[in-house]
Amino acid sequence: MLYRENGQFKTSYRADQQIFPIRQDRLFMVLLLVVAFVVVPGLASDYLFRAILIPFLIMSLAALGVNILVGYCGQISLGSGAFMAVGAYGAFNFFVRVPGMPLIPALILGGLCATAFGILFGLPSLRVKGLYLAVATLAAQFFSDWMFLRIKWLTNDSPSGSVGVSGLQVFGLPIESAVSRYWFCLAILVVIALLAKNLVRSAIGREWMAIRDMDVAAAVIGIRPMYAKLSAFAVSSFIVGVAGALWAFVYLGTWEPAAFSVDLSFRLLFMVIIGGLGSIMGAFFGAAFIVVLPIALSQLLPAVAGLFGVSISTATLSHAELMIFGALIVWFLVVEPHGLARLWSTAKQKLRLWPFPH
Amino acid sequence: MAFFLETLFGGLMAGMLYALVALGFVLIFKASGVFNFAQGAMVLFAALAMARFSEWIPAWTGIESRWFANLAAFLIAGAIMFVVAWVIERLVLRHLVNQEGATLLMATLGITYFLEGVGQTLFGSSIYKIDIGMPKDPVIVLEGAFQGGILINKEDLYAAIIAAALVALLSVFFQKTGTGRALRAVADDHQAAQSIGISLGRIWVIVWCVAGVVALVAGMIWGSKLGVQFSLATVALRALPVVILGGLTSVPGAIIGGLIIGVGEKLSEVYIGPLVGGGIEIWFAYVLALGFLLVRPQGLFGEKIIDRV
Repeated sequence: MLYRENGQFKTSYRADQQIFPIRQDRLFMVLLLVVAFVVVPGLASDYLFRAILIPFLIMSLAALGVNILVGYCGQISLGSGAFMAVGAYGAFNFFVRVPGMPLIPALILGGLCATAFGILFGLPSLRVKGLYLAVATLAAQFFSDWMFLRIKWLTNDSPSGSVGVSGLQVFGLPIESAVSRYWFCLAILVVIALLAKNLVRSAIGREWMAIRDMDVAAAVIGIRPMYAKLSAFAVSSFIVGVAGALWAFVYLGTWEPAAFSVDLSFRLLFMVIIGGLGSIMGAFFGAAFIVVLPIALSQLLPAVAGLFGVSISTATLSHAELMIFGALIVWFLVVEPHGLARLWSTAKQKLRLWPFPH
Repeated sequence: MAFFLETLFGGLMAGMLYALVALGFVLIFKASGVFNFAQGAMVLFAALAMARFSEWIPAWTGIESRWFANLAAFLIAGAIMFVVAWVIERLVLRHLVNQEGATLLMATLGITYFLEGVGQTLFGSSIYKIDIGMPKDPVIVLEGAFQGGILINKEDLYAAIIAAALVALLSVFFQKTGTGRALRAVADDHQAAQSIGISLGRIWVIVWCVAGVVALVAGMIWGSKLGVQFSLATVALRALPVVILGGLTSVPGAIIGGLIIGVGEKLSEVYIGPLVGGGIEIWFAYVLALGFLLVRPQGLFGEKIIDRV
């Protein structure tokens, strides 16, 4: 009833190739953006911004990048944390060493550092694939862990690799308050998500998907595997690198190499799995899920245990979190391998036919 | 020269342990095509179970004998690993038959998290010790050939002997018993094995059980050397380059790869490490494996992968 495309005729290719060809979708997106930019900052508390909204935005961006590589191009990567670290420390070096460096170019340069790093560690993908590649990308992770701990030049000679930035501003506007940080992250996320959405709809995106589905067949029909794979590594690690720089600059402020450990890589992969492989929308769902789950559990579990008169220690809580995490991953893989994004599109399909089931 | 040989031996001993963990990977991959990321969590889980039961059993039964406590703890931990294997097959693998390798890899990542959580909830998360009575004192050999001789840790020597015995046992199991033959048949061709009446489900449970026992032995040795704690789970991450180097489908590959990585790590740390700031052990193994993959993508002894459209 609400979601019906009857009578929405397309009379030009332009109209047919819009990102959201259905009017309700367009309206929904406009509404969503208005809510995100205007309504949420008016309602949310400082805690909500710092604990949930800002991490969610940045992790969505990172998950988007990982999804391009893993979901669209089929190259499993366990080294996303490393790409985030390279983005963060790259941006840091440009920001601190170049006098008067504005924030946005620093972020972009950080992303470009991550691109170079990503292409370098993407080179094995030309020879190996699948499981071997997953292990090979771990090399990037361990190498970056070591690099930012031991090479003093990269961390501006700080002894433990711990660095910090302050006094962020964009076009003369300071980015200090929670709301301004939120707006800044949201603006970057919207721009990059739009670019990414268009990229995966383009010829390059279709090449990636062909490589993912069957690389030998793709090569036979004239897609160059080297070009397609390395471009996926480049685009993905650029986005992940920018997300890493944002995570460090805007969310953490002061950080050390351990902030980008192998655990973060796994978490990013889970976001992509739970959200939905090969779906831009899925990155948002997955990030929301993974960011909110620990917070929700830390609130919920003690309350539930309290009902039975048991108190839960923090250690038990973190173990329970691990178990629920693991169980959920397996459950999603078994029950809905396409993740939350598939549930979303099923819901839309149902709405289209509502109130009749067929 | 004596120092070089000492480092070399140290590397070989460490490599034997890597080989043991890598063996767990290879066994499961060969029989079911699952790249079992949870092997490290299984090592942790088994070692935790063994450490705790060897503490609890004397307290429950009042028998103070260390041999009895360790033996009983080993058997109980082994039984628990059997249960774990069965549950994994029932709840996870059975539902993911015919899925892509990547999906299965991620499923084992989920199992990793779950096992880590369950293990620490059941058995606690402090540092525990396993004392199976391995001598700690070093021995000095070849005193005649080099000044001061070569220092070898007796503990390492025993660990290597246990590991070698386990490998020998496994190869007998694979070559001589009916079940071993069935396992190899499944590894060669799932469908053909099924068509002559080998039950895939049963084989998978057996393989995961064997991998669980291998994890238990690995956990026992590592645990008695360094204590049982959460960091034991990361042993798997250090054994991954071994599997890559040796090839995912080759048991001898796991052993030789383990030795190469063990030696390479120690030598690189000692001779290259000081030049670049030290601590290069972990990534050196990965970069070594990575460089090797570029030359020979299937690893040292792996089967050549042929893709067809």
